[in-house]
Amino acid sequence: MNKVLRKVQSSFTSPFWAIIVPYGWLLLFFLIPFLIVLKISFSDLKLGLPPYSPLTEWVEQGVLVIKLNFTNYSFIGTDALYLFTYLDSLIIAIIGTLGCLCIGYPMAYGIAKTDPPLRIVLLMMVILPFWTSFLLRVYAWIGILSPHGFLNTALIKIGLITTPLTLIDTTFATILGIIYCYLPFMILPLFASLEKIDHSLVEAAYDLGARPFQAFLRVIWPLSMPGVIAGSMLVLIPAVGEFVIPELLGGSQTLMIGKVIWNEFFTNRDWPVASALAVLMLIFLIIPIAIFQRLQERQVRFLDAD
Amino acid sequence: MAQKQKRIELQPWQDPKAKPYIHLEGVSKEFRGTLAVDDVTLSIFQGEFFSLLGPSGCGKTTILRMLAGLEMPTTGKIYIDGVDVTHRPAYDRPVNMMFQSYALFPHMTVEQNVAFGLKQERIPKLEIQERVKQALKLVQMDKLGTRQPHQLSGGQRQRVALARSLVKRPKLLLLDEPLAALDKRLREQTQFELVSIQEEVGITFILVTHDQEEAMTMSSRLGIMDHGRMRQIGTPNEIYEYPHSEYVADFIGSINKFEGRVVEDETDHILVESEEAGCELYVSHSADVPVGSQVKVAIRPEKIMIAMTPPEQKRNATKGIVKDIGYLGDVSIYHVELKSGKIVLATQPNIVRLAERPVTWDDQVYLFWRAENSIVLTA
Repeated sequence: MNKVLRKVQSSFTSPFWAIIVPYGWLLLFFLIPFLIVLKISFSDLKLGLPPYSPLTEWVEQGVLVIKLNFTNYSFIGTDALYLFTYLDSLIIAIIGTLGCLCIGYPMAYGIAKTDPPLRIVLLMMVILPFWTSFLLRVYAWIGILSPHGFLNTALIKIGLITTPLTLIDTTFATILGIIYCYLPFMILPLFASLEKIDHSLVEAAYDLGARPFQAFLRVIWPLSMPGVIAGSMLVLIPAVGEFVIPELLGGSQTLMIGKVIWNEFFTNRDWPVASALAVLMLIFLIIPIAIFQRLQERQVRFLDAD
Repeated sequence: MAQKQKRIELQPWQDPKAKPYIHLEGVSKEFRGTLAVDDVTLSIFQGEFFSLLGPSGCGKTTILRMLAGLEMPTTGKIYIDGVDVTHRPAYDRPVNMMFQSYALFPHMTVEQNVAFGLKQERIPKLEIQERVKQALKLVQMDKLGTRQPHQLSGGQRQRVALARSLVKRPKLLLLDEPLAALDKRLREQTQFELVSIQEEVGITFILVTHDQEEAMTMSSRLGIMDHGRMRQIGTPNEIYEYPHSEYVADFIGSINKFEGRVVEDETDHILVESEEAGCELYVSHSADVPVGSQVKVAIRPEKIMIAMTPPEQKRNATKGIVKDIGYLGDVSIYHVELKSGKIVLATQPNIVRLAERPVTWDDQVYLFWRAENSIVLTA
């Protein structure tokens, strides 16, 4: 009896179970939905529910016909709007990521250099915004940026400006929103890799004649590269497909791919085109990221080979 | 005459006219209210191999870090080659350090690690290559230049760290427990290599260690530290044979100490009456202490002779029972209990084999030593 129990117990603690749970999760909630989207992207638009035609059809006895419809993809190719939207989304996301990096790096470095009791408080403060709803935080920015919002009122009061600045409903506001919302995702991996850097390496660099900036450039920066890459990926990937921030802060000025997909789904009810857009976005994201990561890996390895 | 001249050259600290190369003047360092280094004044001469020796937390590493510029003294001044460098940052000092952890840059190859310091000086590429090659050859690592630090063994890393700190040809090389991470065999071998490399490059070395054996074998002089203070500075021989204080005597090697009362203190000798030793102790040097005061007389175990029959001398001679014999192969340590209950250690070389030895457990033996071999400890 005991033996059986122990066997069950050990099988539950085996690495197999540790792996199967997250992979099962990914399979169920990522791969299967993606395959459904992929399927819809190859179907025809149809009035009714669901608003697309099935891929497979039974004709006569036992003959199954699979019909792949590529017109959705070719349609996207004919309208330059989609390409520009994709490029715009990418540019906005890249600027947002760089903004997060510029603000997040000194913050992460500062946190990594403080002593443990204070460090925990600082880290908590980085995570603190997560305790409020994401949507609420983005709405709050409307209050700050709108023509009669906090910022404009304050600037007018000080006397810096006389008429309110147009801040809300601009690409600037979208980028600001992205930087604000995704900053913790940049700081945390950066902190993790900066904290691991042995301080004696920095001291060794000073000792060998490197001024603080040189020591940063040739020792700290390359050693924090894993954190920079991880943080940038965590910000860039969701930022490209971001819907809420451009919708609430960008107004009609910014057209991001997330918004276009939303429009296709809910305004036009064109599920196949929307799905094709989603598939293309994924492909366009994966390819440059794979190349980038490859290059970075090589660069880290040969950083000092000049 | 020529002989005498040479002697001073080898021992510049004996020459009152010699100018110190490294000079610390009343240096103190305070960390959050605790004094890590307490008013240390120290002169080190060009080409010396100087060791700072002491238990952990005695302030030796802090002195090293202040010399490197990684720590600034709270008070006092530091001179290197006559120049006041007290407030110069680490990157602006003609000093290099070999870190205890070696601190090799993990993202660079061996060659890139060694070249790092030279690149900071904007030296032409070809010269860098040449000097890196030389430095790696000096430490016998020229075959592994393209390896990354994680592909090296501990001993190899230590060599790369040494090459990296030597390649800039500093005026002073600081070594922070350089051999602590190596196993005993490798450590002993590396000790001699370090000394020969130091002689080859002619750079002044300052080494920090808690290993007294290491300090004794390698250094020209050593400084014994305790609680931030410099207790004694001298050659290994001086420190071992003439420790000024009980602390220093205890720190280096083992020593027997007898408490006693001064009966006579003349210019050429001192006589101490000791109940603990069970005899009169005659030391052939003056201690400058008043008659009647309590002192300790110390004698190293290997200076004590053991005999089965009473010796001719009456002073510096006592007797006891052999309680224990520690066999170390080359020598044996005899633990002899005196009448006072005091255990005295006496080391004897094993000239004859264990089985043929005359002295054994529970034997009564006579212990005696020569007057010039004992020391009076006043502090």
